[in-house]
Amino acid sequence: MRSTESNVTQSITQVIAASSLGTLIEWYDFYIFGSLAVIIGQQLFPSDAGASALINTLAIFAAGFIVRPFGALVFGRLGDLIGRKYTFLLTLVLMGGSTFLIGLIPSYSSIGYAAPILVLILRLVQGLALGGEYGGAATYVAEHAPVGRRGFFTSWIQTTATLGLFLSLGVIVLTKNILGAKNFADWGWRIPFLVSILLVVVSIYIRMKMHESPVFSKLKAEGKVSANPLKESFQKKANFKMVLVALFGATMGQGVVWYTGQFYAQSFLENTCKLDFNESRYILLWAIVFATPFFVIFGSWSDKVGRKWIMLAGMLLGVVCYRPIYQYFLNTTNVKEMQKTMLLSESDPVIERGLVPDKADSLITTTVTKTLTNGMTFKESKVEVITEDVLAEVPAVQTVIKDVTLSTQSYIIVIALVFFQILLVTMVYGPIAAFLVELFPTQIRYTSMSLPYHIGNGVFGGLVPFIATLIASFQGSTPLSGLWYPIGIAALSFIIGAVYIDNRRDNNVMD
Amino acid sequence: MSGLKKILGLLWIVAGPVIIIFLFMQAADKIGAAAEGIARTNTTLQWAIIILIFIPICTGLVIFGLYAWKGEYDHLPESSEEL
Repeated sequence: MRSTESNVTQSITQVIAASSLGTLIEWYDFYIFGSLAVIIGQQLFPSDAGASALINTLAIFAAGFIVRPFGALVFGRLGDLIGRKYTFLLTLVLMGGSTFLIGLIPSYSSIGYAAPILVLILRLVQGLALGGEYGGAATYVAEHAPVGRRGFFTSWIQTTATLGLFLSLGVIVLTKNILGAKNFADWGWRIPFLVSILLVVVSIYIRMKMHESPVFSKLKAEGKVSANPLKESFQKKANFKMVLVALFGATMGQGVVWYTGQFYAQSFLENTCKLDFNESRYILLWAIVFATPFFVIFGSWSDKVGRKWIMLAGMLLGVVCYRPIYQYFLNTTNVKEMQKTMLLSESDPVIERGLVPDKADSLITTTVTKTLTNGMTFKESKVEVITEDVLAEVPAVQTVIKDVTLSTQSYIIVIALVFFQILLVTMVYGPIAAFLVELFPTQIRYTSMSLPYHIGNGVFGGLVPFIATLIASFQGSTPLSGLWYPIGIAALSFIIGAVYIDNRRDNNVMD
Repeated sequence: MSGLKKILGLLWIVAGPVIIIFLFMQAADKIGAAAEGIARTNTTLQWAIIILIFIPICTGLVIFGLYAWKGEYDHLPESSEEL
C-alpha cells in the first residue's frame, strides 16, 4: 500500500516537474517583453515619439494578451481532440521560436516601421501559444493528482507564472550588469530573447518523454472524446453559463490582482516614482522570492477549506489596500519635496549638449547627483532649449528627476508592500487551477477552462499596465488614478464570486 | 440568496450597455482632445482596441445577467450529468 502511494507521489512529482518547467519557460518568454517595454519602445519607435512610444509598446505588449483567449480556443480544441501532451508540446515550440526571432529583429533606425510590425506579429504568436499552454499544463497535472490534493499539486503549476517573471527579471538585470547600461540599451536587450531557445530545447526534450493524461487516455479508449469541444463548451447553455461565472466571478478579479501586484507595481515604481532601473527590479525580485511559497500554501489550504473564499479574500484586500500602498510609494519617493529640508550633498554638474530632433535648436542638459540626509540619492537634470529664432518664445527650463535610490528603511518597506501585493496574487492564483479544473467535465475541460482563464488573466489582467497608464495620462488625473481600473474590476469580481460561486470541491474530475 | 442573484442579474443586464456607452463617450472625448496628427491616430487606435475588446465582454455580462435573472445560477451543477 505504502509502495503504491510512493509510486503515485513519484509519478506526480515527475508530471509536475515536466509540466512546470515548460510552463515556466513560456511565461519567461512572455514576460521579458513586458519587463523591457521602455527599452523596446526606444528601439522600435521614432526617437521623438516620447510617451506615445511607451504606450504603443504597451499596446503591442497588450496585443499578446488579447490573443491569448483565441489561443485558448484553438489549442484548447486541439487538446480536447488529440490530447494534452502533443498540444502543449506544439505551444512550446511556437513560443520559443517567436521569442528567439524577436531577439533578431533590426531596430526602427534600420528598417523603419517594419520593426514594430514584425514584433507585433511575433507577439501575437506568443500570445496564441501561451493561450494554449497554461490550460493544458493545469489540466494535465490536475488529471494526474490524487483526490483531495488537487489544490496542492496544481499550485506548483501556479508558481510558474511568477517564477517565469522572476527568471525574466533576473536574466535582464544580470545581462545589464555584465554589459553596462549603454550596451544593454543598444543591443544587449536582445540576449534575454535569444537565451530562450536553449531553455525551450531542454523543455521540449523533457516533455517528449511525458505520457498522455490518464483521464484523457481513458476517454479516448472508450471513444468518448468530444467531436466538437468548442460547440459543446459554448453552444450548450449549461456549459456556457459556467464559463461566464468562472470569468466574471473568479478569473477577471484574479487577473487584475496578478498584474497589479507583479507588473504595475514595478512599472509604477520605475516610471511614476522614477526609481532606478535596477532598484525597481530588485524590489520585485525580493518580493517574489518571499511570496512564491504561498502559492503552494494557499493551494494546499484550498483542499481543506475550499477555493472560493481564499480567492475572494485576495481580491477584497486588493480593493481596500491598493490606494494606500501606492500613495506610500509616491510619498517615499517624493525627492522634489524632500530635498527642501533634507539635502546633504550635491555632485558637480555634468553638462551635455545636443540638438533638438528635427530642429536647429540646441539642447543643454545639466545633471547633478544629489544625496539626502536619509541616504536617498537621485539625479536631477535641467533641460534647457536654446532657440536661434529671436522672435520665438523661450521655452521654460524643464527639471527631470530620475534614478532615485531609496534609503534602507524605505527600501525594506517598499519590498514588504510589493510582497503584500504578491501575497494577494498567491491567494487569488494559488487555488484557481484546481477551481477551474473541477468546474468543467473532462471532455471539454481544456477548451472550457482555458477561455475564461485567458480572458480574465490575459485581457483584464494583461491590460492593467496599458489601461492604468492611459487613465493616469488623462488631463486632471493623479498618478493614482490608474488604480481605479484594477480596483473596480476586482470589486465587481468579488461581488459576483461571493454571490454566484459555490465553495464546494469536486472530488471527481474523471467525469 | 436566489432573490439577490436575480436582482443583481438585472444590474448586470443594465451594466453591459452602460459600460459600452461610457467607453464610447470617453473615446470621443479623448480623441477630440488629442492634437491632430500622430497623437490623434495613437489615441484613436488605443480606444479602438479597448472598445473592440470590451464590446464582447460586456455582451457576455448581459448574457450572464440574463441567466442570473432567469434563475440559472440558483443551483450550480455538481456532476457532468447535470451539465
